[in-house]
Amino acid sequence: MGSTTSSAGGRTFSRRRLLGAGATTLLTTGLPGLTACGSGGGAGGDGGTITAFVYGDDAVKVQQAAVERFNKSAAAKEAGGTVKLEKVPGSDYSPKLRTAMGSPSAPDVFFNWGGGSIRAYEEAGKLVDLTDTIENDPVLKDGFLPSVLAAGDLKGRHYGIPMRGMQPVILFYNKSVFAEHKLRPPTTWDQLLDLNAKLKKANITPFALGGSDIWPELMWLEYLVDRIGGPEVFRRIQDGDAQGWGDPAVLRAAEMVKELVDDGAFGDKFTSVSYVNGGAPAVFAKGRAAMHLMGSWEYSTQLGKFPDFAEQHLGWAAFPEIEGGTGDVRNVVGNPTNYWSVNSRTRNKDLAIAFLKEAASEAYARDLIDLGDVPTTSNAAQLLDSAPNPEYARFQYDMVEKAPAFTLSWDQALGELGTPMHTEIGKLFAGKSSPAEFVAACKELK
Amino acid sequence: MSTAATRRRTSDTRVGRPHVVWALPGVLFFAFFAVVPMALAFYLSFTTWDGLGDPRPVGLANWHRLLDDPRMTQSLWLTVLLTAASWAFQTVVALLLGVWAAGPQRNRAVLSAIFFVPLLLSSTAVALLFYALLDPNFGIVQKDILGSSSGAFLAIVFVGGWQFIPFHTLIYQGGARQIPQVLYQAAAIDGAGRYRQFFSITLPQLRNTVITSTVLIVVGSLTYFETVLILTKGGPGTDTAILPYLMYEAGFKSYDFGYASAIASFLVLAATGLSLLLVRLSGFGAMRSTREGM
Repeated sequence: MGSTTSSAGGRTFSRRRLLGAGATTLLTTGLPGLTACGSGGGAGGDGGTITAFVYGDDAVKVQQAAVERFNKSAAAKEAGGTVKLEKVPGSDYSPKLRTAMGSPSAPDVFFNWGGGSIRAYEEAGKLVDLTDTIENDPVLKDGFLPSVLAAGDLKGRHYGIPMRGMQPVILFYNKSVFAEHKLRPPTTWDQLLDLNAKLKKANITPFALGGSDIWPELMWLEYLVDRIGGPEVFRRIQDGDAQGWGDPAVLRAAEMVKELVDDGAFGDKFTSVSYVNGGAPAVFAKGRAAMHLMGSWEYSTQLGKFPDFAEQHLGWAAFPEIEGGTGDVRNVVGNPTNYWSVNSRTRNKDLAIAFLKEAASEAYARDLIDLGDVPTTSNAAQLLDSAPNPEYARFQYDMVEKAPAFTLSWDQALGELGTPMHTEIGKLFAGKSSPAEFVAACKELK
Repeated sequence: MSTAATRRRTSDTRVGRPHVVWALPGVLFFAFFAVVPMALAFYLSFTTWDGLGDPRPVGLANWHRLLDDPRMTQSLWLTVLLTAASWAFQTVVALLLGVWAAGPQRNRAVLSAIFFVPLLLSSTAVALLFYALLDPNFGIVQKDILGSSSGAFLAIVFVGGWQFIPFHTLIYQGGARQIPQVLYQAAAIDGAGRYRQFFSITLPQLRNTVITSTVLIVVGSLTYFETVLILTKGGPGTDTAILPYLMYEAGFKSYDFGYASAIASFLVLAATGLSLLLVRLSGFGAMRSTREGM
C-alpha cells in the first residue's frame, strides 16, 4: 500500500510536465553545447545498446520491467542488441528531451504525449514514420485501441506506439455530499447549473479547481468546446489553422466559463489554488467542494492522500451534455496515453521497433493494471477484473472504448503554442480578459 | 626621460604587487562560464532556434519583436516596479536592523544570529515554504493573496525581502561598525540626541554601504526568478510575469530560444547600464572617503 501511495502522489506531478523546483537546473542545462544528458547517451561504445528516455515517475517500473524482459528475449538477440532505460525526472522531462535531441547524446527511443508534443521533432526530420511498420505488423496493428493510436498521430501518420495507461478527464463528485443534499450527478448543463445553485445555498463550493496551474482550467474549455461544437472545432486548430479559434463554439465556451466564474462555481480563491501541491484535491476530499473535473489520475491521487475518501465517497461521471450542442456526449478529452517514438538517427532501428512491440504484450498490460492504470491495449478488457478497483477501471475503459472521439489535451496537441494559450486561459478565468478578448488573443497565437 | 625611467624602476621594484598571471584562473573561469555563454546568447538573439536543428539567422527580428510585444512592455514595467519596491522595503529594514545589530550588547549578537537564518536557506526552499503558508484554503492567512494582482506582487516583494534582508543587514552592520566612535562622542558632547546622531552621522557615513547594497538589490531584482516561478508562475494572468520569468517561458516552455536570448541580452545590458549609472551618479567609483579628515 505504501508504495502505491507514494506512486500516486508522485505521478500527480508527472502527468503534467510541470516545472517546479528544478527550473534553475534547466537554465544551466539548457545551453547549447553545454548539455550533459546523463551517462548513457548515444555515444556508441558497446555496439548494440540503444537508449530510451522515459518520464521518471513511479510508473517507470513498468518500463523498467519491460526493458529487462526484452533484453533477455530472443527478439533482442535477433536484432543484435539491448535497450538501456534513461529515467529523466518528470519536471525536467520536456526541456531535457528537447536539448538532448539537438545534441550528439540523443536517445534512440523516447517517451512523449503524441500530437503537438512531437510536431517540432517531426518537422526537424527527427522521427521515424511508423505508419507502415504498424500496418505490416499484426502485433502492433491489432495490439491497441484504434482511437488511442489515432489520437497521437500527426496529419494521419503514426509516429508513436502507446505505452502507458489512458487518462480521460472525468467529472468526479463527493458521494456523501450528494447524498446528504439529495443530489444526483448532472447529465445536462441545466442540471449542472441547478446543482450549483443548491450547493451554494448549502455553503458548498460546487467545483474544486486548481486555477494556479492553469491546465485544470483548460479541461473545462476542452469539454465545453467539444460538447458545443464537436471535436472538429479543435481538430482544425490543432492542424494549424489559428482562425479555428474564431468558431462560435469557442466564444460560447468562453462565455460559459465566465458565467461559471462570476457565479462562484469555483469559489472565490481558485486562482491561487494549485492541483500539484495537493490544494484542490484536499478542498474536494474535505467536502468544501462537491465536484472536481480532473484527469483519471485523480483516483490514485485521492487514494494516496485521502484513502478513506477515495474508497468510500469518491464518485465519477461523464461530463454532462449541453443542450443544443452538436458534440456527442460520449466524446472524451484528456491524454489518450503516452507514446514511444523512434529517433530517425537511431543506430539500430530494428532493435528499436522490436522493443516497441513489448508495449503490446500481455505482461506489459498486466504491469500497468497492477499499478492502477488502464492500458490502451486491445486485450485490456479481459484484464480489468484484476485492477485494484475493477469498477473504476471498467468505467474508464468503457468511456474511452465507446468514445467516438478522444481529443488530446489542447496544450499537448499544440506543442509550443500551449504556453501562450495557457496564459490566455489564465487571464480568462482570472477575469483579466473578456470572452471576446480571449478569442481574439487566441487567434493571434503563432 | 630620466624621471620616467626612475618612475618605472620604482614601480618595478615595488614589493608584493601580484603579477597579472595570478588573475588568469579567475579570468579564464569567468570567460568560460560567463562571457562565452553571454556571447552565445547574444548571437542567438539574432536567430530563430527551437532547440532542434541549427539556429537560422533572422537579423533584428527578435529585437523588433521585443519593442512591439505588449507582454514585454508590461513585464518591463513590472520589473521596474518590483525593483523599486524591493529596494525601498529591503533598504529601510536592513539599514535599521544593521545599525541596531552593530551595537555592542550581548543579546544583539544572539538575535542577529537568528535574523540571519533566512540567509542560509535556498531561494527555492524559501519560495516553497511561503507557497505553503499562503495556501488560500490551508495556509496561515486564508485569503486569495496569490490569486490577486496586488497580493501576488506584494507577496513576491515580501518573500524576496524576507530572504535577502539578512544579507543586507550584514552589510549595514559591518558598515556601521566602521564608523569611528569619536564622532558619536563629539556629537553627544554637543548635545545631539539619538535621532540627530542617526541622521547626521550614521546615515551619511553609510553612504557607500547604501550604494553597494543598492547595486546588489537592483541587479538582484532584475534577475529575480525562482520565487516568481514557484509562487505565482507569472500569474494571475500575466500580472507578475517579470522579465526573467518571461525569458524562461519563451525559452524553456515555448522553445523560442531566439526571442528568449533577446530578452536575456536586454537584461544583461539593462543591469550593466543601471549598475554603472548608480555607481557614477553616487560618486562611488571615485571612492571618496566618507570619513571626516581620513
